[in-house]
Amino acid sequence: MFDITLIVNGVPREARVPARRLLSDCLRHDLGLTGTHVGCEHGVCGACTVLLDGEPVRSCLTFAVTVDGHEITTVEGLAGPDRPSPVQRAFAECHGLQCGFCTPGFLCTTTAFLRDNPAPTDEEVLEGISGNLCRCTGYQNIVKSVHRAAELLAEEPT
Amino acid sequence: MKPPPFDYHAPTSVREAVEVLAEVGAHGKVLAGGQSLIPLLNMRLAAPGHLVDINRVAGLGEIETDATGVRVGALARHAAVERSAAASLAQPLLGQALKQVAHSVIRNRGTVVGSLVHADPAAELPAVLALLGGSVRLASVSGEREVAAADFFTGPMESAIRTGELAVSAFFPAWDGGTAFVEVARRHGDYAMAGVAAAVRLDDDLRVTAARVACVSVGPAPVVVDITEACGNQSVASVDWGAVVAAVQERIEPEADIHATADYRRHLTGVLVERAVKAAADV
Ligand SMILES: Cc1cc2nc3c(=O)[nH]c(=O)nc-3n(C[C@H](O)[C@H](O)[C@H](O)COP(=O)(O)OP(=O)(O)OC[C@H]3O[C@@H](n4cnc5c(N)ncnc54)[C@H](O)[C@@H]3O)c2cc1C
Ligand code: FES
Ligand code: FES
Repeated sequence: MFDITLIVNGVPREARVPARRLLSDCLRHDLGLTGTHVGCEHGVCGACTVLLDGEPVRSCLTFAVTVDGHEITTVEGLAGPDRPSPVQRAFAECHGLQCGFCTPGFLCTTTAFLRDNPAPTDEEVLEGISGNLCRCTGYQNIVKSVHRAAELLAEEPT
Repeated sequence: MKPPPFDYHAPTSVREAVEVLAEVGAHGKVLAGGQSLIPLLNMRLAAPGHLVDINRVAGLGEIETDATGVRVGALARHAAVERSAAASLAQPLLGQALKQVAHSVIRNRGTVVGSLVHADPAAELPAVLALLGGSVRLASVSGEREVAAADFFTGPMESAIRTGELAVSAFFPAWDGGTAFVEVARRHGDYAMAGVAAAVRLDDDLRVTAARVACVSVGPAPVVVDITEACGNQSVASVDWGAVVAAVQERIEPEADIHATADYRRHLTGVLVERAVKAAADV
C-alpha cells in the first residue's frame, strides 16, 4: 500500500492505495468524489476525463500512485463559489446533456479546450470533443454548448 | 475491469530504472504514459509481476532539435512534441502524424517512445520512424545501444527491445524535401484501417528525384517502399500512378479484421499512396 497526497480541486487529500488503484477509482471510492464517471475503463468513452495539472487526461488510464503530489481538477471543482462555471451554465442552457453520464468528461474536456482556444471554429470544436462519447444527445447540442460557453467565457470579467 | 495486482517501482534515474529492470527480468514492464499498457491491464490481457513506472525519472522529457533531426526523450508526451515549434520545423512529419494518433486527451499522457516500443502495426509513429530511417536508443545495466528502425520493428506488437532494457529516446532524422501522413479510420482518432506516410524530394524542374512511403495496418510492421523508380523521374503531374500503386501493393500483406477486408485495405493503401505523395510534393 502507498500513502499518497493529491491536490484535488485545490485541497490536499490523502489516501492509502494499492499501486493498481486507478485514479478514477481513487477519486470515487477513496475520496468519495463520485462526479467523475467511469464508462469503459479503456480510454475510449471519455466519461472519466479529469484535469491533471490543468491538462485533460483519462483517469481510468492513470494510476493514482503515479500522480502522487499532483493537482487534479474534477467536475466538482469547476464551479465558482456562488454559481456553476460558464461551461457548466452553457451545457445547462443549450441542453448539452440528457442523462448526464458523459457530462463530467465533456465539462472537463471543454474547460481545458476553451482555455487553450477561446474562439474555436465548428471544426475545432468537433475535433476538441471527438474523444468523448455521448449516447443521448446526438452531439448537436453539445457542440452548441461549447460555442455558447466560449461566449459566456468571453463575457466573464477577468 | 480493474488491473491485476503487481509490484510497483518508481525509480528516479535511468540508472535506478535499468537496475530494477535487470532485477525483475522477464516479469517486469515499463509504465510510461500508460495509454496502451493500462487498457491491456484493465482488460486483463496483460499481468506483469512488476511495473517500473518511469514517470519520475529525471531528464527523459527532453525534445532536442538540430539540423539533423529531432531526438525525443522517453517521457516526452505526444502533446509536447506536437506543440514543439522547433520539432515541427526540423521534421514536420512528426506533427502531421501526431495529429492522427488517438485523441488530444490521450496524447496529453501518451509518449512518442511508448508508441514505438508498443509497435502496433496500425500505429502512425512506427511508420514515421521507419520511413525516415530513424532509431531508438536502448539502455540497460550493461550500457546503451542504438537500434535502427529497420531492425527495431520485428513483428506485430514486437520490437527488438530485450528484457532489462529501457528505451531512453528515439531519433527522427530530418528530410530535405516534403512529407505527409494520410489515413482512413472508421472514426477520427481510431486506429487507421490504412495509412500512408510519404517523403518526397523534387528537383528544380519539379521532377521526383526521391520518394518513399511507409504503410500502416497492412503488414506485421510498417511496410517501407522506395517508389523513386516507379515515379520514373517524372513531375508529380505526369507520374504513372498505376505503376506506383502496383509497386506498393506488391509489397504489402493486408489482413482482414472486423474493420475492413484485406482487399479493401489493399485498395485504400493504393488510394492513400497517391494522396500522400501528392500532398508531400505539395501539389
Ligand atoms: C482510445 C485510444 C485510442 C488510441 N488510438 C491510437 C491511434 O490512433 N494510433 C496510435 O498509434 N495509438 C493509439 N492509441 C495508443 C496510444 O496512444 C499509444 O500506444 C500509447 O500512448 C503509447 O505510449 P505510452 O507512453 O502511453 O505507453 P505505455 O502504455 O506506458 O506502454 C506501452 C508499451 O510500451 C512499453 N514501453 C513504453 N515506454 C517504454 C520505454 N521507454 N522503454 C521500454 N518500454 C516502454 C510498455 O512496457 C508497454 O509494453 C490509442 C489509445 C487509446 C486509449
Ligand atoms: S472510463 Fe475512462 S475513458 Fe471510458
Ligand atoms: S447525456 Fe447521456 S450519455 Fe451523454
